[in-house]
Amino acid sequence: MRHLLSAKDLSREEAVAILDTAATMAATQQREIKKLPPLRGKTVVNLFFEDSTRTRISFEAAAKRLSADVINFSAKGSSVSKGESLKDTAQTLQAMGADGVIIRHPASGAPFRLATSGWIDTPVINAGDGKHQHPTQALLDAYTMRRNLRGDDAIGSDLGGVRVLVVGDVLHSRVARSNVDLLHTLGATVTLVSPPTLLPVGVERWPCAVSYDLDGAIAQGADAIMMLRVQRERMSAAGGGFFPSPQEYSRKFGLDRNRLAALGPDALVMHPGPMNRGLEISAEAADSAQAVILEQVTNGVAVRMAVLYMLLGGSEGATGGTA
Amino acid sequence: MSAPASKDRSGASVAAPARGTSEYLILGATLPDGSTTDLLLRDGVIAATGAEATSARDSGVSTIDATGLVVLPGLVDLHTHLREPGREDAETVWSGTRAAALGGFTCVHAMANTQPVADTAGVVEQVWRLGRDAGWVDVRPVGAVTVGLGGERLAELGAMADSAATVRVFSDDGVCVDDPVLMRRALEYVKAFDGVIAQHAQEPRLTSGAVMNEGVVSAELGLTGWPAVAEESIIARDVLLAEHVGSRVHICHLSTAGSVDIVRWAKARGIQVTAEVTPHHLLLTDEAVRGYDPQFKVNPPLRTAQDVLAVRQGLADGTIDIVATDHAPHPSEDKDCEFDVAAFGMTGLETALSVVIESMVLADDVEFGWEDVARTMSSAPAAIGRVHDQGRPVAVGEPAHLTLVDPGSRWPVVPRELLTASDNTPFAGRELPGRVVATFYGGRATVLDATPIPIEGLA
Repeated sequence: MRHLLSAKDLSREEAVAILDTAATMAATQQREIKKLPPLRGKTVVNLFFEDSTRTRISFEAAAKRLSADVINFSAKGSSVSKGESLKDTAQTLQAMGADGVIIRHPASGAPFRLATSGWIDTPVINAGDGKHQHPTQALLDAYTMRRNLRGDDAIGSDLGGVRVLVVGDVLHSRVARSNVDLLHTLGATVTLVSPPTLLPVGVERWPCAVSYDLDGAIAQGADAIMMLRVQRERMSAAGGGFFPSPQEYSRKFGLDRNRLAALGPDALVMHPGPMNRGLEISAEAADSAQAVILEQVTNGVAVRMAVLYMLLGGSEGATGGTA
Repeated sequence: MSAPASKDRSGASVAAPARGTSEYLILGATLPDGSTTDLLLRDGVIAATGAEATSARDSGVSTIDATGLVVLPGLVDLHTHLREPGREDAETVWSGTRAAALGGFTCVHAMANTQPVADTAGVVEQVWRLGRDAGWVDVRPVGAVTVGLGGERLAELGAMADSAATVRVFSDDGVCVDDPVLMRRALEYVKAFDGVIAQHAQEPRLTSGAVMNEGVVSAELGLTGWPAVAEESIIARDVLLAEHVGSRVHICHLSTAGSVDIVRWAKARGIQVTAEVTPHHLLLTDEAVRGYDPQFKVNPPLRTAQDVLAVRQGLADGTIDIVATDHAPHPSEDKDCEFDVAAFGMTGLETALSVVIESMVLADDVEFGWEDVARTMSSAPAAIGRVHDQGRPVAVGEPAHLTLVDPGSRWPVVPRELLTASDNTPFAGRELPGRVVATFYGGRATVLDATPIPIEGLA
């Protein structure tokens, strides 16, 4: 594994190895001194072309706890509007001695271009690209599910038989795409629940089921429900928006009190954040005992430590395979 | 205005080349119908064929052994972006028409989306003169339908038609004439001078932000999709408009199976519609976009394998009239970037004939011979563009616009070795069949031994 560009590139064995490594990393984070030495002397660049405080901080914390030096480079808007090309920006950072690049970019495929165009030769980690992929989010979600649903037997296991509902704006969501790919690889069963306007043409070929009916999907039973963030701009897009009103969206696709009850107390309530309380998720659901939303954030650091360690730690033979 | 200097142009103003100063005897060429003959080119025309031509053998005329070569009427492209004036960093009239000659063309239609836009008699005459001075091919400027391609009011179509450039094809290519009233007016207006509106069929609201075909691949890649219906709905509207006002309409770069069905229906109904397909839509699918390589970003986008089969069948059965390159050169910085922000377009002049041979002539699943190549790449586009001395039969007395192609040779596509000033070919690294060996434009050899022959005095 040289880069981490897409959850789709991971085999079951590679994914389980990352989750297992993340578990080891998480254990070290219970100690009083959290810092570990393996990336000492290495420089990691956070190359963020899109605002994302939480993902950037999570990667920064992960890299620093592995003793790497971290350079944060944030360029708002597209590289073109900024005047410098992605190629020049990346080559500049490599010239300054970057050993690895973590990239968040509004254009789908930008990390893939960075990794495959011959512009730079460092490992590239995709921290979210357009509507395409967000593989570390999928990994932290899978880690959170595995830890809560498998408990002490988690190490070495996948998510075979686990039923997951992913609810909301699938069309614009890299979180949904990454999760469908990784959860499928790990043996889980995924159902996407969304209004038809927020599903991409072509979704019928994805390895998952699709439903327009959240109550019906919940009635089928679920071990975890993942609520996707609804962006405000989706309500005023071309054609008058993707759904009639926030109220109607919330009534049909929001996780409210009744749906929380219908899920039962054992189903995990998840959200990649930031949440729109009262739109896709009620405060009651977000703050419920079965919500693991904050734990997702915590696990994000451990999963990103695992990825950084496996890509930059210098023991490539240990992780095997190529992405 | 003064055009920026270019390494590829002399800058000197040169009078129209004297034509027919050379004589050539082509021996043993295979005609599109499969028969072989000798051809004598003299005074810009085919002076003799058969034994009469052969008898000129010992008169000191230059002879070309065309054994095993196919002779075609010089190719005519109805859809070329020469980029001059305005984007001489991508292509000039000189560099683009030299590339065209090497691709076997003797006539190209230069699209109007230059800077400034070719929406006045002045700009079309400028392009026409640049083409005449370069001398590689007949450059026929296309006039813009609307002022500045703005889609709001008609450009002076009559003035462009009456100009020295005698424009007959009008197009806002790159932008759809989406206002139905304006489209109706344009279709009606050009009847006065036997013009044709070439529509870039793209419903703009359905394609906002779109960068690739909408379907299975776009869903996976997270790239904004360009749905087939955005093309088909405009074609359906425009054939009905053409029927209503009794005009002819031409569909640029048709790309979907549904579009083929609509044009087939319209022709059966007697509507005066013609349609073109690009070489890349005959060979490539949206699967090529999986690597996010902007060399495969084009408008309309590469479609599915089913669409490719449908346009190939449509070309073979005559539903689609012609192949047009949509040659769209771009400097490398506009392609060496993220897919979303890259420019749309591919070069095509030097690969078009080879791609048609590969995807049609050599294919087992469609019937398509050399006469079909001559029809779809020469006589039919000349007829649509009303270019009366191009696309003529290979026969005595006809203008000596000819192309000799070696159908048996294969050649590797190396972007830097192509003559177009830009490197954005989607066929890099492929080996394609059919090398153009020689091209004759008005009796002058513009290409011999697969090498361009500039007019003396021009670099």
